[in-house]
Amino acid sequence: MATVAYPSPERQNYLNQEYGIKSWLLTTDHKRIALLYLLSITFFFFIGGFFALLIRLELLTPAGDLVQADTYNKLFTMHGLVMVFFFLIPVVPAVLGNFLVPIMIGTKDLAFPRINLLSWYLYIAAGALMMHCMLTGGVDTGWTFYAPFSTAFTNTKIVEAGLAAFIAGFSSIFTGLNFIVTIHRMRAPGMTWTRMPLFIWAHYATSIIQVLGTPVIAITIVLVAAERLLHLGIFDPKLGGDPLLFQHLFWFYSHPAVYIMILPSMGVVSEIIPCFARKRIFGYTFVALSSVAIAVFGFLVWAHHMFVAGMSVYAALIFSMLSYLVAVPSAIKVFNWTATLYKGSISYTTPMLYAFGFLGLFTMGGLTGLFLAALGIDVHVTDTYFVVAHFHYIMVGGVLMGYLGGMHFWWPKISGRMYPEGWGRLAALIVFIGFNLTFFPQFILGYMGMPRRYWQYPPEFQVLNVLSTAGSTVLAVGYLLPMVYFLWSMRYGKIAEDNPWAAAGLEWMTTSPPPTYNFEETPVVDFEAYDYENIKAKEAPVAR
Amino acid sequence: MHDSPITAEHNPALRHHFSDMAQQKNAASLGMWLFLVTEIMFFGGMFCAYLIYRLAFFNDFSAASRSLDIRLGATNTAVLIGSSLTVVLAVNAAQSGNRKRLVTYLLATIFLGCVFLGIKAVEYKQKFDEHHVPGPTFDFEGEKGAAEERPVVQGHAQLFFVLYFLMTGMHAIHMIIGVGLFSVLTLLAWKGHYTSSYYTPIENSGLYWHFVDIIWIYLFPLLYLINRHH
Amino acid sequence: MSEHKASIRFYLGIFLTLLVLTGATAGVAYVDLGPLNPVIALGIATIKALLVALFFMHVYGTSERMTRVVIVSGLFFLMLLLGLSLADYATRAWS
Repeated sequence: MATVAYPSPERQNYLNQEYGIKSWLLTTDHKRIALLYLLSITFFFFIGGFFALLIRLELLTPAGDLVQADTYNKLFTMHGLVMVFFFLIPVVPAVLGNFLVPIMIGTKDLAFPRINLLSWYLYIAAGALMMHCMLTGGVDTGWTFYAPFSTAFTNTKIVEAGLAAFIAGFSSIFTGLNFIVTIHRMRAPGMTWTRMPLFIWAHYATSIIQVLGTPVIAITIVLVAAERLLHLGIFDPKLGGDPLLFQHLFWFYSHPAVYIMILPSMGVVSEIIPCFARKRIFGYTFVALSSVAIAVFGFLVWAHHMFVAGMSVYAALIFSMLSYLVAVPSAIKVFNWTATLYKGSISYTTPMLYAFGFLGLFTMGGLTGLFLAALGIDVHVTDTYFVVAHFHYIMVGGVLMGYLGGMHFWWPKISGRMYPEGWGRLAALIVFIGFNLTFFPQFILGYMGMPRRYWQYPPEFQVLNVLSTAGSTVLAVGYLLPMVYFLWSMRYGKIAEDNPWAAAGLEWMTTSPPPTYNFEETPVVDFEAYDYENIKAKEAPVAR
Repeated sequence: MHDSPITAEHNPALRHHFSDMAQQKNAASLGMWLFLVTEIMFFGGMFCAYLIYRLAFFNDFSAASRSLDIRLGATNTAVLIGSSLTVVLAVNAAQSGNRKRLVTYLLATIFLGCVFLGIKAVEYKQKFDEHHVPGPTFDFEGEKGAAEERPVVQGHAQLFFVLYFLMTGMHAIHMIIGVGLFSVLTLLAWKGHYTSSYYTPIENSGLYWHFVDIIWIYLFPLLYLINRHH
Repeated sequence: MSEHKASIRFYLGIFLTLLVLTGATAGVAYVDLGPLNPVIALGIATIKALLVALFFMHVYGTSERMTRVVIVSGLFFLMLLLGLSLADYATRAWS
């Protein structure tokens, strides 16, 4: 069967199968649900980004002169809550994962399409509740809402924000549950575990964390609400309760949560690099098993967020050692990606630029995590901008870059159009420059002693803060550009072929965009993953 | 494996993204077990709090535990185990395609579930009357001890009752959801919705109910039997 | 899910066993066995839970290995939460 070189966009696909608002709001097609998520998650990204801009504006000057201290507390809290629960945790699984997981394993849809739609509605309900909470006063505890401030002292809307996070948690649990069942039960004939794309392994590992970890933050939120509303003082020291118990329960989820954020982006990078190095991934088994190892080990390290909180020093030692252990599988992945590049035939397309950015920035973020895992150093830099820089290198330099790389890589498949490559590369460059200008100074600031969550600071820190704020405006431009040209491309972009990148993978063996049931006939898989020796550019195999 | 969505004779309950009923049933079952794992972790947070505070404040927890009515607790345990039996018999009836027995056992399950909740309500009322509800009205009589220690003992006892109400309350909420779920299923079963070739919702709801039973199987000794021989 | 259909007599047998165990755990609670009391209480609870899981929830005799993997994983991670948190509380007084 021959590949159709330039498929007509009028051919039936999941976008033009049905029109009308009901066909979108009541859809059970995983691809349409992915687009619903794309719109809503992008919206919340800009809300979170807006708070970030206000924070950076305040920090232009040492004095607290833009907003009051209480308002500043609300700004960084809302920035964190929105970015963590409404952007970083859902973005790659709900947008790229939802779209690609069934196609990559050769099936028609996820195992539970209606639950998939329910996941989106839960996300929307949670988001609406969070917006209402913000517009009517917000929360000022930091996104970590520690007891006893959150349970006994603050007057802000903890229960409402907590309920929003609780509902968003269910959205996350249902997505993870759906992926696990789909990957176990619905793979196409011949699609063994070791023939699956690493993107699938990454989402499988992520789903394990979502299912096991999210319920613990759910019960933590319930306990905080119970203490506030029903006077059930479970964390109340006056009764003998321990505020550190809150922190244990909170971080038992919230540390694995950061692996929920990074693993899917790692999966994206594992797809992009082989394609634009024209080489099979080096060490497939190691990368696949590392994903699962990260998921499991990620549950063993949570108390490294509590080293200076008053916990036992002996337990702290154990958690410190375990935190070094969890870096190993991540390092294995970085080595394998690098080895894939070695002697590859590399092209610097936009997705590849983002993948390169990911490699460098995630590595820096990860290494600085090791600094923090050392007890002695942590005493010095905890709760400073060093920590802020560390996690932004991973969240923004890692997760967000992976996401943007993935959006560019699969945009032709999703929309049937090519984005303008020149603008794509320019935006990637702007993002990279803006990112480093924003966050590198923060490592120095933190090491020099500037605390986080402070709205004023000593004058000697101003230069670095000004650099950081300047960087954030550059970064904002870098993020706005793709919004503009992706939208532009839907009308004016070059019509995409089925496999514009000559990439390996079942998703490239169906049309761009795919039909509603993904394939005209169920694919039979008799080839290994990343079969790039046998795929010449512009001659992608077809298994229809 | 062919792809045409409709064949001449497939089970009307087959959802079209599945290739056959076996795959659909397997998927639904795995999905329900995964959901139960989330419930294990959800209750697990409270068990963690319980473990830590019981080890720290054993004597005061024991005294508070002894103030619970063991007869009501044991009776409720028996009632809940009985309702697990009726659920199993309901699934058995569905497997045999026996609609009347299915409906009967579903109703029996709902009845026993409501008995459990009723006894729970009686217990809660008892605790309310004895001023054992945490909050501003809390006042634990306790055993005779030094007067200076009383505030500490009160605090620890209140922690016990915080956990008691949180854990049994969360359990009761899950029971109520279960009763609601079975009510819907009973209606559908009575209308003939379930046959011997499709009764997956009955089976999976049964799994949920058994899980709620298992939670109580642990709550009973942990809350009621801490140190009865004192 | 399960390949064989158990008889109603079998389910009744499990039910009665569970009742007996409930009575046993309540009764033993009144006997002073020192540190063994919580061990026995939790041990009996675990046996009851196993009976419900294996026979009422049909985990015994099911061909699905995934079911057992999922259950064991859930319990394992619960033990992680309890165990590692306990590591903090048990060793705080050491300093």
